[in-house]
Amino acid sequence: MYSDKVMDHFANPRNVGVIPDADGVGQVGNPVCGDMMTFYIKVRDGRLADVKFQTFGCGAAIAVSSMVSEMAKGKTLDEAMAITNDLVAEELGGLPKNKMHCSNLGADALHEAIKDYRAKKAGAAAKPVPAADLHASEGCACPYCETALEDEEQTFCKACRIELEECPACGGITKKGEAACLHCGRPLGGKA
Amino acid sequence: MTRIYLDRIAATPLRPEVLEAMRPFLGESFGNPQSLHAAGREALAAVDAAREEVAALIGATAGEITFTASGSEANNLAVKGLAAGQQARGRHIVVSAIEHTSVLNSVKALERGGFTATLVPVDRNGRADPGRVEQALTKETILVSVMTANSEVGTIQPVAEIAAVCRGRKIPFHTDAVAAAGSVPIDVKALGVDALSLAGDQFYGPKGSAALFVRKGVRLLPLIDGGIQEGGRRGGTENVPAIVGLGRAAALARAEMASRAAALAPLRDRLLDELPRRIEHVLVTGSRTDRLPHQASFCIEFVEGEGMLLFLDMKGIAASSGSACTSKALKASHVLLAMGLDHATAQGSLVFSLIDGTTAAAIDVLLEALPPIVERLRAMSPLYTQYLKERGS
Repeated sequence: MYSDKVMDHFANPRNVGVIPDADGVGQVGNPVCGDMMTFYIKVRDGRLADVKFQTFGCGAAIAVSSMVSEMAKGKTLDEAMAITNDLVAEELGGLPKNKMHCSNLGADALHEAIKDYRAKKAGAAAKPVPAADLHASEGCACPYCETALEDEEQTFCKACRIELEECPACGGITKKGEAACLHCGRPLGGKA
Repeated sequence: MTRIYLDRIAATPLRPEVLEAMRPFLGESFGNPQSLHAAGREALAAVDAAREEVAALIGATAGEITFTASGSEANNLAVKGLAAGQQARGRHIVVSAIEHTSVLNSVKALERGGFTATLVPVDRNGRADPGRVEQALTKETILVSVMTANSEVGTIQPVAEIAAVCRGRKIPFHTDAVAAAGSVPIDVKALGVDALSLAGDQFYGPKGSAALFVRKGVRLLPLIDGGIQEGGRRGGTENVPAIVGLGRAAALARAEMASRAAALAPLRDRLLDELPRRIEHVLVTGSRTDRLPHQASFCIEFVEGEGMLLFLDMKGIAASSGSACTSKALKASHVLLAMGLDHATAQGSLVFSLIDGTTAAAIDVLLEALPPIVERLRAMSPLYTQYLKERGS
């Protein structure tokens, strides 16, 4: 299921940890979808002097985080911002189709950390690191066809052509109009 | 590396006696049971004998057994076939929130066709309360389906009580016994169920062997229209080798059920008792008292199931998980969520389902292997870091 490279980065992840005095912190994902990543960066002379991460998630999520941290270390901020999800997946020798959204999270978490650093530097009020939001749908996949949903605002699965809605109780995603949440069974308002 | 296989939910090994029974029907005894000639009669005799054995396993009569190709098919046939057979009386269905997806998605398919459904919630132990089932019934209810046992959390349901509620209202009651049949005693008469699904690959029979019991006199329409096979309930030439294998596996299960359970239950209990002692923040999922004899399941907090499975696999240990990441649809187990666990906890799902021959030594290997794996994953878990910070402050 996973390439040798993914398994290597999963079993021996590089740069795991926390930087207590980080210059920037980025956190994406949430346990609803299974993956949550926090990236910490140290910046020296416009370059990423240190990158560390923590990840709650599957083998692919851990491997992606590790690969992103390795790719980003030593790069300028602009170079690091140019690391794309596709590049990460390619460096890992490919990811299973339904795990592709994990690679999105990895690059996103790094980018968030850089944005956090830039915002702080620009003197803007430091953005607090968001706590794990159990109710966000960010980084989730459509429960019916497994296609990744790109952002938390997306309430329509393009592949299935169906409207989606978030369960107020568990945060899981179910087709709009269903009588009950697909995940926790709570009655939804759609139908009597 | 010795392999330790603790994923009975996924598959059981084929018993050599079962393979031996099947072998002629994969070779020289290739006849079609519907043929009049000697080759056909030979196949029919084997299918008839298997039907008797499967019926005997659950206290049914042979005529009440319909062979199918999987437990999922048996559940589809039960839910859709009974709904179609009863729809003149009403169009409302009641199922528990923790049913297998083959039941839940069959109900969904019926909803698209105009049926309505009520999901009965379960308690923290994954038990559906018969009183809650009764509350869900309406004048329109024509089918109730509640599983005999849940493979993911091991909880055995109060099937007889739920059946009694349904019988009082003359509503057909189906139970998905795929996880339970062959492992715990089942008597359809004593339970009072109208339909019951079982699958051979859960008790050392071949994959692709399963059956649906439907009580005599209960109306059910087929999903596969065709000839007169299976009394008109399922068209298509019988899968004779699989059916013969299922029959032999049923006979073995009936003879050995008590000794198998007596051997596995103490190992299960050792896991259930010992794992939470060796690892902090571990929940046992499911009932401790009404539980499948081979099933031990947990939620390991602050870590995600797939990572644990991959590391266990590197140690030669096969287990399973209901985490979002291990499911292709990337959603956490509906069973654990229905039991009231939050997403983060449900992601740490870990299920060990024991097969015959599992040794105490194998359980010890697992108990030694898991704590460092969890420690390793927690060291990289932002949720654990967050927890430690909150606890410290």
